[in-house]
Amino acid sequence: MARGTTVRKIIEVQASEELKIPSFDGGGPPSSPIASAEPTVSNARLAVLMFLAAEAMFFAGLIGAFIVFRLSSSAWPPPFQPRLPVTVTGVNTVILLLSGLTMQLALRAVRAGKSEGLIWHLLATVLLGGIFLGIQGYEWVRLIQYGLTVWSGIYGATFYTLVGCHGLHVLGAVLWLTVVLIQARQGRFTAERCTGVETCSMYWTFVVGLWPILYGLVYLY
Amino acid sequence: MSDSVAVVATHAVPAHHEELGFWRTYVFSTDHKMIGRQFLFLGFFMLVLGGLMAMMIRWELAWPETAVPGLRWLPEPYAYEGIIPPQTYNMLFTIHATLMIFFVVMPIMVGCFGNFLIPLMIGARDMAFPTLNMLSFWVGLLAGLVMLAGFFVPGGHAAAGWTAYAPLSAKAAYTGVNWGQNLWIISLLILGVSSLMGSINYITTIVNMRAPGMSYFRMPLIIWSLFITAVLLLLALPVLTAALAMLLFDRALGTSFFLPEGGGEPLLWQHLFWFFGHPEVYVLVLPAMGVTSDILSTFSRKPVFGYHAMAFSMIAIAFLSWIVWGHHMFVSGMNPLMGTAFMMSTMVIAIPSAIKTFNWLGTLWRGSIRFTSPMLFALGFVSNFLIGGLSGIFMASTPVDIFIHDTYYIVAHFHYVVAGIIFALFASVYYWFPKMFGRMMNEPLAKIHFVLTYIFFNATFFPMHILGVGGHMRRIYNPTQYDFLHPLQPINVFITVSALLLGLSQITFVTNFFWSLFGGKKAERNPWKANTLEWAAPSPPPHGNFDALPVVYRGPYEYSSPEVEDDYLPQNRPLITQSSAPRTH
Ligand SMILES: [Cu+2]
Repeated sequence: MARGTTVRKIIEVQASEELKIPSFDGGGPPSSPIASAEPTVSNARLAVLMFLAAEAMFFAGLIGAFIVFRLSSSAWPPPFQPRLPVTVTGVNTVILLLSGLTMQLALRAVRAGKSEGLIWHLLATVLLGGIFLGIQGYEWVRLIQYGLTVWSGIYGATFYTLVGCHGLHVLGAVLWLTVVLIQARQGRFTAERCTGVETCSMYWTFVVGLWPILYGLVYLY
Repeated sequence: MSDSVAVVATHAVPAHHEELGFWRTYVFSTDHKMIGRQFLFLGFFMLVLGGLMAMMIRWELAWPETAVPGLRWLPEPYAYEGIIPPQTYNMLFTIHATLMIFFVVMPIMVGCFGNFLIPLMIGARDMAFPTLNMLSFWVGLLAGLVMLAGFFVPGGHAAAGWTAYAPLSAKAAYTGVNWGQNLWIISLLILGVSSLMGSINYITTIVNMRAPGMSYFRMPLIIWSLFITAVLLLLALPVLTAALAMLLFDRALGTSFFLPEGGGEPLLWQHLFWFFGHPEVYVLVLPAMGVTSDILSTFSRKPVFGYHAMAFSMIAIAFLSWIVWGHHMFVSGMNPLMGTAFMMSTMVIAIPSAIKTFNWLGTLWRGSIRFTSPMLFALGFVSNFLIGGLSGIFMASTPVDIFIHDTYYIVAHFHYVVAGIIFALFASVYYWFPKMFGRMMNEPLAKIHFVLTYIFFNATFFPMHILGVGGHMRRIYNPTQYDFLHPLQPINVFITVSALLLGLSQITFVTNFFWSLFGGKKAERNPWKANTLEWAAPSPPPHGNFDALPVVYRGPYEYSSPEVEDDYLPQNRPLITQSSAPRTH
């Protein structure tokens, strides 16, 4: 085992000892431990971001299909088809946007540690979301009475698919919000531990932010 | 010498874990390694089914309308005294492709190896969301069961091809299939959920759970490829989900998104399908490229040539995959100007693909190559991918594609690429089997398996190029009905005999796999003398993977480094020079 003094030997080292990192490609000292430090975006928020990216692609597929039909037809809405309730839905849009605002206020409240404010703003958000769904449902019933159905042509089919998919998402978001509201009333959230509110508000913001795009495309364009 | 040091270093107190019951350990496990094994067995089961369907398709093409041996038990109307009718033939090629793509390559390359390798190779104890991970498997299995259920409904299974082109797929009257096609759609909708859960988990784990020192550019290329694959899956499958939902509405609710008589647009289906479909091709092939890079480097005892170029070319391929979908639609009646644009963008993919191929050759160049079974299969993947990539250039140019579109040339092309993944798949199984099951596979039998598979694979798929240029259409039931195909029929017979032999050759693998599972030689921690972190864990790794969480000091490919006497230098082995320490002061 006798070797020249310049020959390097591997020995086990404690983490505290000085390390010589080889220069042979990909060297450099280890970066700061990721496992112990807080990651930039927490697991839960990153997961919801991914989920929203997938949701965005789902709606991109549906919107793409809508635009193809919209551009390839000369008259839109096609003749003998009922007109969509632009004004009522416009008011409804404002209601949904308001709910986006109350959600943000709820998030601010929980981050400031005000559990009262969190509960009231969550309640307002749930109610506004519920009103939006109610008005949408009422308009659907009227449109069906006027003869606009999924099988009455591509106009009805794209309308119900796009608006219906969004409505289902709002319904899902309202249910999620209700769960968060119940948890908030049980005092589960503090200024430091509010991931549940944060992730829910991300989803709510997505659902609210998507609607003006759909409103503009389906009702106004 | 250094080996014993490494063993001493890792032989700390074994990771503590409480004993779980049978159900929690093998069935409803949240352990990423068990979920990986579950995906592996699901994939193997589907591979057998998909392979048997391919054999039936080949029998029909070589000896049309004759009884398939051993199929007399099949009831009417699926078969008549063993003779496959056209309707069953359509079902077979539809479900063969569907199973192979969605239930073999995806579960094994992405589901199994993604799950098994990501936490181990980045130095994490498990996935970011273990329960979501378990759900992803069970939802995937449900999708598989729904898909198989399609065979048992009246009217039989989906018969509109795996691409489900509208209007053929959009109306039950056109194929005579009602619930089969519906179940096909529902199964893929469910699979979309499974894949969504999986990709969210993979991305979060890779971004947030890497061990200290494991920077992005110290990740093995297989992890890079799985990361990019997860992003592609995350963004591509929802588009398919949207298209499938519309297709299901057409069939079930009476809408007419894809039906021209109701004002619909059949081409829209093709656009949406291939907007998903081309990224899907890279979902399948990128993990294969990743394992190939790792295995070529390990068994050449050399660093991967151009590590950064390899990672960036995969990113480039992923980006380009979004803007090339129209190359599937050159003869669909699409605007020819768009065809030219898609031709250009498709040709550009040749650049990152060629970078990868040349870097693989650069990795091999003057290496100390060890022809182990994983290495042989990885080399097999490279050579087949090369043929598939080159034939792709022909398909990509519109003037040539108009001639060979929907012929056996395309069948040859995508089998060289997608069925060629089976080589990377076998390479991965032979390479990681010791880590997965704690035993070595039989090496001589594995080499026989490689030689037989390589010969019969090429004997099966290479002559298809000739058939295609000769005008042999794909998806036809009986080639002898066409006079101009009569001279080509001997080639069909040759292909079928080769395909049957290819199928029989897999017996060597099945024998080896199950024999080694119970009777193989016990594997040590690092049987291949590789650098990546999974080899620092016991074989098989316990719950929680590592004795102590590893710290990473370098990239994954430090083979034959001048820093050490061994020809490998694991990522987690700290180095100190004895000579420098006393002399500095
Ligand atoms: Cu493509």
